[in-house]
Amino acid sequence: MKICCLVKEVPDAAVQKRIDPGTKRLDRSGEKNLNPFDTHGIEAAMQIREGGNAEVEEIIAVTMGPETAVRALHKAVALGADRSVHLTDGALEGSDVAATGYALAKVLESESPDLVLLGQQSDDGECYTIGAVVADHLKMPSLTQVIEIKLEDGRIVCERQAEYGYDTVEIDLPAVISVGDAINEPRYPSLKAIMGAKKKPLDTKATGDVGIEGDRVGTAGSRTQVLEMNPPPAKESGEVFEDEDTAETVEKIVAWLDERKLI
Amino acid sequence: MGGILVYALHDGEGKFNNNSLGAISEAAKLAGELGGEAGVVVVGDVSDEAAASLGNYGAAKVHRAKSVEEGLAQPIIDVMAKVIADDGYSYALFGGGLLGFEIGAGLTARLNAGVTMEVTAVKVADGKLIAERPVLQDSAIVDVGYVGEPGIIIGRLNAFDHKETGGSAEVIDVEVELSEWSTKARMRQRGEQRGADVNIEDADILIGGGRGLGEKDNFKLAEDLADALGGAVAATRAVVDAGWYPYAAQIGQTGKTVAPKLYLAAGISGAIQHKVGMQNSESILAVNKDPNAPIFEFCDLGVVGDLHKILPKLTEAIKAKKGG
Amino acid sequence: MSIAGAPVEPINFPPPFDEGSLIVEPTDPEDERIEVGVAIVGGGPAGLACANRLLDLLADEPELMEQLGEVPVAVVEKGKACGAHTLSGANMVPSAMKELFPDLDPDDWPFAYQEVTKDAVYLLTKKAALPLRPMPPNFRNHGNYVISVAKLSRFLADKAEEKGAYILTETVADRLLVEDRIVKGIRSGDRGRGKDGGELGNFEPGSDVVARATVLAEGTLGHLTQAALDYYDLHGSLPVRWELGVKEVWEVSKPLDRVIHTMGWPLRKAAKWNEFGGSFIYPMGEDKICIGLVVGLDYTDSTLSCHDALQELKTHPFVKDLLEGGKRVAWGAKTIPSGGYYSMPRSLSVPGMAIAGDAASMVNVPTLKGVHYAMHAGMYAAESIIEALKNDSVNLAGYDEKVRKSAIDRDLFDSRNMRAPFSKGFFVGGAIASAMTITKGLFPGGKWDYEPDTEIAMADGGASRTYPKADNELTFNKLDSVFLSGNATRDDAPNHVRVQSRVPRELAKTWVALCPAQVYEIPEDQLEETSADVDVHVTASNCVQCGAINAKGGRLTMPEGGDGPLYQEV
Repeated sequence: MKICCLVKEVPDAAVQKRIDPGTKRLDRSGEKNLNPFDTHGIEAAMQIREGGNAEVEEIIAVTMGPETAVRALHKAVALGADRSVHLTDGALEGSDVAATGYALAKVLESESPDLVLLGQQSDDGECYTIGAVVADHLKMPSLTQVIEIKLEDGRIVCERQAEYGYDTVEIDLPAVISVGDAINEPRYPSLKAIMGAKKKPLDTKATGDVGIEGDRVGTAGSRTQVLEMNPPPAKESGEVFEDEDTAETVEKIVAWLDERKLI
Repeated sequence: MGGILVYALHDGEGKFNNNSLGAISEAAKLAGELGGEAGVVVVGDVSDEAAASLGNYGAAKVHRAKSVEEGLAQPIIDVMAKVIADDGYSYALFGGGLLGFEIGAGLTARLNAGVTMEVTAVKVADGKLIAERPVLQDSAIVDVGYVGEPGIIIGRLNAFDHKETGGSAEVIDVEVELSEWSTKARMRQRGEQRGADVNIEDADILIGGGRGLGEKDNFKLAEDLADALGGAVAATRAVVDAGWYPYAAQIGQTGKTVAPKLYLAAGISGAIQHKVGMQNSESILAVNKDPNAPIFEFCDLGVVGDLHKILPKLTEAIKAKKGG
Repeated sequence: MSIAGAPVEPINFPPPFDEGSLIVEPTDPEDERIEVGVAIVGGGPAGLACANRLLDLLADEPELMEQLGEVPVAVVEKGKACGAHTLSGANMVPSAMKELFPDLDPDDWPFAYQEVTKDAVYLLTKKAALPLRPMPPNFRNHGNYVISVAKLSRFLADKAEEKGAYILTETVADRLLVEDRIVKGIRSGDRGRGKDGGELGNFEPGSDVVARATVLAEGTLGHLTQAALDYYDLHGSLPVRWELGVKEVWEVSKPLDRVIHTMGWPLRKAAKWNEFGGSFIYPMGEDKICIGLVVGLDYTDSTLSCHDALQELKTHPFVKDLLEGGKRVAWGAKTIPSGGYYSMPRSLSVPGMAIAGDAASMVNVPTLKGVHYAMHAGMYAAESIIEALKNDSVNLAGYDEKVRKSAIDRDLFDSRNMRAPFSKGFFVGGAIASAMTITKGLFPGGKWDYEPDTEIAMADGGASRTYPKADNELTFNKLDSVFLSGNATRDDAPNHVRVQSRVPRELAKTWVALCPAQVYEIPEDQLEETSADVDVHVTASNCVQCGAINAKGGRLTMPEGGDGPLYQEV
């Protein structure tokens, strides 16, 4: 079985995200990290390998991003991936969800995986379910927010929490599965693994190497446009009063709730 | 303009999910402004009356794919892709919720369409729709426009309110050839309830309990109130640390982030580590005996008082109001 | 049993911690040990200057480079990035940077904001700011550069990595490996322990990292350094002591044209309070300034809070004006070792190990300089290590010699007594210090003794009465500040703070006020009581690892790698 783990480099959650007052764009300085949700994907792959129910020949970390994204790949490899693939190309800059999903699908196509695992969302809140976009391009079944994966001769059985409760779904491989953070507790890499990460094979690919059509990626190929960025509307501060007569206070609260159709 | 197509999720017993109804109302409103109409896709065993009743929320047409089962996204992608192509809808709009994400994302690939997620509002400009969504932990709002058609809009949970406008929709049955891979995922069990796991992220109403409750047993006050209001109970890091409530209910910087219709903060100071997890709640009601508690600076209604007195009386009053 | 409200000396309530436990022999099977050439503990200016210098020198020593193996130089840093836990004013003397990167123009230093061309010192009273002219010479900073050490560390780390260093972030050096009294390396910290120290599901034990030479560049916390000084009996003749600095960075509408230092308000001048310190306000380019308050930790008032005194300072009309229309964008806190010359270790090296930078108290307190000393020391250590390794030796005494013959030794000696006189109060102390500066330490001369911070008796002196309530625009509370430091440590992380759990009220109050991150709390139901002793609740995940507790009866041990703040620009 060949497992590809899609990973993304995102700004560290602890870095205060702000708009640069000078350029009015997102200030992208500050530490970047492997998207915490993707570490759950890698851990899921490792648990499949170590679980003994399937022979996993390779776990490959795959990312699309600028030069610095190699750090995310190093981390992924330190966590157990055997090798990594870095799709990087100036032409990809400015890609929106549609363009990114297409590009990722193309690079995954070149690896022919049996299972694609990724985190269900990225920490920078950009997108939920890029996995579903990728799956449609790859013509594979897909499921997101998965919190349990079991192997069963050539297919997997997944559990996830949906609108009405927990669903159990069986899925034929190959498939694209986006995992939630409740699925497992990612391991810490050993110091040895961290130091050995840079020596694991890393393939760098450009759009031409995997058959990505230039007009479907980048800013030009994107199907959405950010028109404006504004601070959120100022929230009016509410009313604060002291409870002098509890009966009256409660009446007031009930009226307020009623007004807002909350009862 | 070709109209706005919405997907409506139902529970298998004819009741439609509120977020879906909200999306229909929103679509009807927007389509009206654009000179088009709102259509809805439903799948599975939906009766004629149930389908037609969606007209009450503003749907003009309901496209029903009876042979497709509810619950998995990919077959529904096939349905919506066909309806969009056949009927020329210009936008697809989804209410908050899991299936909306999966279907919307799949349509993005299928139709090479632009998609915006976590949308909190939609506006009309020059005959086109612009989606507004928060970014950077809600510290900014971006306006996103679409290049070409269709455009896909996936709303944030509870972003769109449903409104009954009266009316009945035309029900049209559609047959769809499913993609090969849409048959590769099969539902074994749907909607299993698990008592112990409380999903606070989807609750419409949350009662948050903090240190002001005083002791572990006092969480009962929060639970009783939650029951009365039909909501769930959440907790701050401090009380989870102290073992008063489970970590699954923790809200904040190192816990969960929620945006319910109502967040009632009982005995919570409102320190920023907690605030970032609930500040986007539609309505925030705070009860705290400390008039200087930071929560009073960002709540919609604040009561300075003893929650041990207020909460029980409030629970009673709500029960009375609901029962009567 | 003590009497409620009676003065308490922290030294009578020492932390439940055994320094000796940090000195261990390697225990991993030999083939599982990680072998490196030189192990450097600490990714700050000292450690990274050392790493850079080592690799520069190794570039000309191919044989030695090969001998050192796959990892010739490894830097172990507990923060998420080098610089994540580094904080300082700072006005840096450019000498070390110029030596290490002679081809780089200061205009191209990405961590520097500007060269200092104008500075001023003010004596603050409650309402006024009186310029001190002539300016006390120790504050003169012409020719120095306003920098961010958090950025400097990132810059030095990038350069070291380019040259081939392995920078191991999120890695704690938890124990010192010693065999036959020779330092053999360090043992990295475990990860994946729970609140009670037990092993969680994803527990990963640390590893033995063996090296031919080890450099301790841990900064003011000196975790392994403290243990090593005990083990090898290297303590200086006077105890190490600290000051606590709390700093904020503000985006402002009006650029600041000068480097400012202030003395006086809100710190109190009377001798009995022993409130030594002052503030710094530095321009950071056109649109930012930083402001910080530094207080010596030998103060006597159990309610004194440096964090809150800084908030109070901001309400002064002079300061408020500088911050007008501005927005706080960063916050941090860190201690400064202020014992000076006599508190430096008797020897800076032992077989296999060298100590450089703040960990060795290489800070000139009157001039507020330490960054360039740290870098120079790191570079000296690198040079000595190369010499020793070429001769297959572990004797690093050459490093000691280099430091003793350098400006580090000279400058610290000249200013050796300038801190101590301030225990006589602001004016007397100031006069004595001035005399010393002018005569370069000759007058009044001698050696001024002082008590360790832990022997200062703490009692309620009412300092907190004037602290302002947070208005969330100009002034803030501690939790808001911790949030801004980027600290998002997981809640079930093991407790790394070693303090006694039930202590006299005045000591508990001291900790509560002292800590800028609100780690310590007295349970609400014990606040009003009159009992002599109270419990102390520790929220270790708030800790920004400033080290202040070490001065008042605690011992900060190392948290798990990656925990703590993520300073960007302080």
